[in-house]
Amino acid sequence: MAERKIRVLVAKPGLDGHDRGAKVVARALRDAGMEVIYTGLRQTPEMIAEAALQEDVDVVGLSVLSGAHMALVPRVLELLKANGQEKVRVFIGGIIPDEDVPELKKMGVSGIYGPGAPTEQIINDVRAAVKA
Amino acid sequence: MTHAPAILSGDRLALARLLTLVENDTPEGRETLDELFPHAGRAHLVGVTGSPGSGKSSLVNQIALHYRRAEEPKRVAIVAVDPSSPFTGGAVLGDRVRMRDLAGDPGVFIRSMATRGSLGGLAQATAGVVQVFDAAGFDMVLIETVGAGQAEVDIARLAHTTLVVEAPGMGDEIQAIKAGILEIADILVINKADHPGADNAERALKSMLDLAHPVARVFQHHGQVMSVSAPAAAPDPRLWIPPILRTIATEGVGIAGLVESIDMHAEHLRRSGDWSRRERARLESELDLMLTETLAAQFRAGLPDSRYDEVVDQLTKRTLSPWEAVRSLLNGRKP
Repeated sequence: MAERKIRVLVAKPGLDGHDRGAKVVARALRDAGMEVIYTGLRQTPEMIAEAALQEDVDVVGLSVLSGAHMALVPRVLELLKANGQEKVRVFIGGIIPDEDVPELKKMGVSGIYGPGAPTEQIINDVRAAVKA
Repeated sequence: MTHAPAILSGDRLALARLLTLVENDTPEGRETLDELFPHAGRAHLVGVTGSPGSGKSSLVNQIALHYRRAEEPKRVAIVAVDPSSPFTGGAVLGDRVRMRDLAGDPGVFIRSMATRGSLGGLAQATAGVVQVFDAAGFDMVLIETVGAGQAEVDIARLAHTTLVVEAPGMGDEIQAIKAGILEIADILVINKADHPGADNAERALKSMLDLAHPVARVFQHHGQVMSVSAPAAAPDPRLWIPPILRTIATEGVGIAGLVESIDMHAEHLRRSGDWSRRERARLESELDLMLTETLAAQFRAGLPDSRYDEVVDQLTKRTLSPWEAVRSLLNGRKP
């Protein structure tokens, strides 16, 4: 039997067009031996949940720089759950104000990363979350 | 109990999870494949291959859209293969980026796969994944290979119909007569046909086809009009001559004609008996491969690691050649 590969969906929900951060993270996870499904810009929560289902991923990484995270993230979590994918771990990167962090964690977000977060930390957190 | 009943009843989450089990070659996955096998063999398997950046994903997106918007929409599964890193085993699978038009359609299922060390343009488990989609009742399975150069021709064994996609600027006529990828085409597609060089690309591909299937034609040579008559023997009507089609996938241009050709090829295969011949050849080559792997794995399992390392050490010192090493291991004798 082949080893179990960690599969990660990296998506950019919402309307801002800056995907450099998402690409940097996708590349870092690839270099850590994971299989990263990259979906590109301007994804709706519905598109993200559908892709997560079809690809049977372990982890969804969302990059939000538009400020709409408090609307988009709960919707993605809700849809994942509705699809029977409540075990999928969700990570967020981008511009997330500190005061929103506790609320997002309470919703079930596994990790939140701002600009300058070391990719090693993201990799380690993803590995730990999948193992748990 | 396996996942087979859930798959056959159309459970998408069960389908996605089974694909993972098949991709990871687990015992559970194998068992479900066994159960699904009698239900497969109905779908039209269409391979899409060609060099990186020729527009394969955009074309697959358009072909799927076309089948979904037909009067009798077909259920379409897409298997998109991208390469794994040879160093870390990781991969970025980016084909979905070009397929966003298909989001939200329950008649479409897209699955990305990494090659995981396979070299022929597909992953080891691609055939298994395709079989699952087939058994799950998808009418069409579109299989997009990794960006292929010249020798990644595994797709021709798996698919009923193989599209080879070229973009203008692919090289001259010498490239077109080399063995390999162009030989496996059932349909040749010149995508990005609005880019300069499309005429040259078409001419090069046509000249390659003319060498294989001579036809009567008139041409000018040093200003003189010359004519070549067709060979005396009429071409076999059962023969399929690959059409050369132009498309602009990003704008949906030429897609209707391409889909028509895909359907005509399926029709041709069924009428000529090639459908069952290809099916037989494919199942035979899959069996061959599985037999080889199983025997190798069994043999290796019965061999102590220490003995194996010993032989590798001798290879490194060059006191034993690779063939001598194989003979020695198979005979179980001290080298």
